Amino acid sequence: MQAYGALVYSAFGSVNGFAETMVKACPLLLAGLGVTVAFRARFWNIGAEGQIYAGGIMAAVVGIYITGLPAVVHLPLTVLAGAVGGALWGLVPGYLKARLKVNEVITTLMLNYVIILLAGYLIHGPMRDRASGITISPQLLQTAWLPTVIPRTRFHAGILLALALAVVVYWLLERTVLGFQIRTVGENERAARVAGVRVGRTIILTMIVSGALAGLAGAAEVAGLQHRLVDEFSPGYGFLAVAVALLGNLHPIGVVFASVLFAALLNGADAMQRAASVPVPVIFVIEGLVIVLVSARFFRQRSG
Amino acid sequence: MLDEILTVTFLTGFLAATLRIMTPILIAALGEMFAERAGVLNLGIEGIMIIGSFAGFAGAYFTGSLLLGFVTGALAGALLGLAMGVLSIRLKANQIVAGLGIWILCQGLASFLNRGIFGVVSVRPSVSILPAISLPLLNQVPLLGETLFNQNIVVYLTLLAVPVFTFIFRRTSWGLSIDAVGEEPHAADAAGISVSRVRYIAVTFGGLMAGLGGAYLSLALFGLYTDDLSTGLGWMAIVVVVFGKWRPWWIVGGALIFGAANALQYRLQALDFPLPYQFLLMIPFIVTLVIVVIFGRGQKGPSALAAPYERSEL
Amino acid sequence: MQRDAVVVSMEGITKSFGGTTANDDISFCLEAGEIHGLLGENGAGKTTLMNILYGLHRPDSGCILVNQVERNITSPHEAIALGIGMVHQHFMQVPTLTVLDNVILGLRNAREPLLDREGARQRLGELSATYQLDVDPEAYIWQLSVGDRQRVEILKALYRDVSILILDEPTSVLTPQEAEELFAMIRVCVNRGMSVIFITHKLEEAMSITDRVTVLRDGRVVATRVTSETTKAELARLMVGREVLFRLSNDAARSPAGPVALEVERLRAISDRGVLAVRDVSFQVHGGEIVGIAGVDGNGQTELVQALTGLRPVESGRVVVDGVDLTNAAPQRILRQGVGHIPEDFDDALVGAFTLVENLALDLHYTPPFSRWGVLNREVMRQSAQQVIARYDVRTPHERVKARTLSGGNKQKVVIARETSRAIKLLIAAHPTRGLDIGAEEYIRGLLLELRNAGIAILLVSTKLDEILSLCDRILVIEKGRLMGEMARSEADIEKIGLLMAGTGA
Repeated sequence: MQAYGALVYSAFGSVNGFAETMVKACPLLLAGLGVTVAFRARFWNIGAEGQIYAGGIMAAVVGIYITGLPAVVHLPLTVLAGAVGGALWGLVPGYLKARLKVNEVITTLMLNYVIILLAGYLIHGPMRDRASGITISPQLLQTAWLPTVIPRTRFHAGILLALALAVVVYWLLERTVLGFQIRTVGENERAARVAGVRVGRTIILTMIVSGALAGLAGAAEVAGLQHRLVDEFSPGYGFLAVAVALLGNLHPIGVVFASVLFAALLNGADAMQRAASVPVPVIFVIEGLVIVLVSARFFRQRSG
Repeated sequence: MLDEILTVTFLTGFLAATLRIMTPILIAALGEMFAERAGVLNLGIEGIMIIGSFAGFAGAYFTGSLLLGFVTGALAGALLGLAMGVLSIRLKANQIVAGLGIWILCQGLASFLNRGIFGVVSVRPSVSILPAISLPLLNQVPLLGETLFNQNIVVYLTLLAVPVFTFIFRRTSWGLSIDAVGEEPHAADAAGISVSRVRYIAVTFGGLMAGLGGAYLSLALFGLYTDDLSTGLGWMAIVVVVFGKWRPWWIVGGALIFGAANALQYRLQALDFPLPYQFLLMIPFIVTLVIVVIFGRGQKGPSALAAPYERSEL
Repeated sequence: MQRDAVVVSMEGITKSFGGTTANDDISFCLEAGEIHGLLGENGAGKTTLMNILYGLHRPDSGCILVNQVERNITSPHEAIALGIGMVHQHFMQVPTLTVLDNVILGLRNAREPLLDREGARQRLGELSATYQLDVDPEAYIWQLSVGDRQRVEILKALYRDVSILILDEPTSVLTPQEAEELFAMIRVCVNRGMSVIFITHKLEEAMSITDRVTVLRDGRVVATRVTSETTKAELARLMVGREVLFRLSNDAARSPAGPVALEVERLRAISDRGVLAVRDVSFQVHGGEIVGIAGVDGNGQTELVQALTGLRPVESGRVVVDGVDLTNAAPQRILRQGVGHIPEDFDDALVGAFTLVENLALDLHYTPPFSRWGVLNREVMRQSAQQVIARYDVRTPHERVKARTLSGGNKQKVVIARETSRAIKLLIAAHPTRGLDIGAEEYIRGLLLELRNAGIAILLVSTKLDEILSLCDRILVIEKGRLMGEMARSEADIEKIGLLMAGTGA
């Protein structure tokens, strides 16, 4: 009980606690939305983690090495670069699945390992800040930083962007042609083909959108929080995003709540550890349990 | 550099390492083959291997017996296989999502238990690894004999299991039932075979094998447990099953490729190969990608793979 | 064996699935040595009742007596042990295994768990000879014709020494001549002391093969009659619940054939198993005519329809619609060229989780007025759906219900509504009345004639010869992927088509 009390207090008990929860919710929400879009097309994208890294790397490159731009240009460009990076990393498995029928679970997962190692190489090698004693990249130029919204906290503008995108994703899925096609392909691929929906194209577009959202999560971490590229800047947000998306019932608004809940858990885990010495990996246990339970509850496969 | 690679010592060492590293992949893949041929896709293999390596290590550490360590690892794996069975057979869960859940759950659980039991310490507890057994006569084969036929008992047993499994699928009613259940569960049911019973057995056995494969990592390769002992080996096992067309000998071929990719990576690192180590570490994953793109497309597994069975209504 | 000894008695059987009652207090008894017909429409509850006897379903209430002993049959295994065998309409076989392995599947032998293939092969040879059921035991099931597969299914039952054989709609997959052979084999079985339950919805069959008939309707027993003491007309009335069937005829308003709407030239397509399934097929369909493709299931019809609609690659040959070459065009391109497609399974055309509004807009949702600039106009979609639902008489409370909640007949109406309410020149209809009750069947047949009279070209693929004969202007017969012959309806009769279906005619 003591542990849970600590958890709740740390998550919502103060302005700073609230801000810290939202700071953690930001990448979970963005990546969770990405996973939601993919899963709605029954594309099992478990590569959100890699797409976060791709987005983070691209945002860092643009934020560090493109100089002389005013903030109004540099910041959007940095954020956009993150989306593009994620989209590219999502496009690869999307293309392989759509055109060559390659299993996406394997490809998205392997691409995670590859890009995380690539990020490690960049930080240790070409992008390393020689002035620093530890292996991190130089800071992004201030013009590429997502501004702080609540003073004296780490609550940055990326969080507002994420919340806005939840609404956009809802609109995309329910009100647009692409969303309709994504849902059709996910619910009944054969019917989609019979009705003339271009399934391959839909899958590729799905993964561009899904990857871009996860990529934004990476960009928000880099441009809003770390202001550098650091080793393991995503401690598994992309995998947690799968649990978030499923707990949110693959509904963008549900995903908002699920991401805040998981963020509170994440933040609380530290507090819990201090208060009752519950170790951090508990969060993965919870995450796994949520996915397992949700798989049985919501994802019963259609028979026949 | 090249002349350093093309030496007999490098090559025999490389081959021996390949054999050592392919073994856990092979064990897990052979188990997964049983589950998949019965129609259950268990994507939690990676997680089960992690638990297997932890449980195996803990078992061996506290009992002081490597054998009991392997038994603990196998039992833990079987339990998780059974859990996957309950999810996919009884609860008719989506097998892809359930498998992912088991993977993540196991990662957290192993790490949690490790910290809980052994604490966060600077010097990791360890056990002495499974000794190698030199095969008489065969170890006399020039050049290769000494390294190739100087492996631990699990390597030999695994290779021995391959013809046994082939025999089971070709010549016994067990194999026939498994294939029938994975291809046409309705037909198997009508023939009086209990679809769920066969699936439970197959997926539990698959978990047991993955647990063994995991225990092999901590007890035969490293002698200790860390959270990142099996980086992707379980996933590679799943690719190997597809590459191997769900047949034992082909799966050995697939495991050999992955074993080689991993062994090459270790060996090149040891040689100070002039490429950043991150790129060397990428080799197995890129090999997996290439293999799955070339051999994984349009590859048809058992017809009822990942589809829960329900007697049709009306 | 004494003729009137009761071997199976089912009393007060009730079974429901979800909300629907499939069997409602059914009592049924089978006497030794008789062929007992179980007659009823699709969905009357015949198969459910027999699946209960065979242990595939548990009844909610009621009891079963086999040879005067009450039994609780919980699995096919137990049914087989009691001497009950069943040949399902969908064969219970594993295509990737051989005939022999399928026969011994699930059986125990003395050397368990080792298989005794040698002994089994011998025994199978003896049975084949006794019952004149010739099949190669080493052949893989997927290589066999449907008729052969049925023989395997019967052999499986005989191999298990059953004394009671249930046959579920066995002639639906056979040519008329094969059906005669089957009847002869059934008489051999009865002469050797077996009792047979014969499920059918065809009156002629019930009259010709059975000794007694039990008629089911809406899950209840309507009557049991001695076959020799009843008439086709009486059975028809009992089965449908109203006076005799009306017979659709297409003679009334036959417009002269229009220009060529579909031209197929030397078309080849490959099945999922990599076998050439459509072999050099050539034919034409004109506007204002219905061309039927008759044939036993599994002779390349599925692949032909998929190749024509862009769902399967064309290996060689040409498909021309309305003068435009659409060989290997994408489904969307073909659809927009004015082709409607009713696939063989309506669940392949509908998204069960979507509303009728969404399902009805599925084909044209990306074009105005349903959407503009990539954004859907829900109001237009809804209004259009309301109109279509009224026009095609889809029975639904409103247009926002999920498609999966509809009955089979109404689902098919939704599919047909979508595929014919846009401007089409050609309609490709694969088994449009399969699995539907008589009311829906009549409605859909009438609709096809209406469309034909409106000048649309229709390609009708069907295994039902009465449907082909009553609707089509020209008839093609397909066997092993080849067109075996073409005839005008005036020249066609069941005998002639049957011979072509068996590949032995002309």
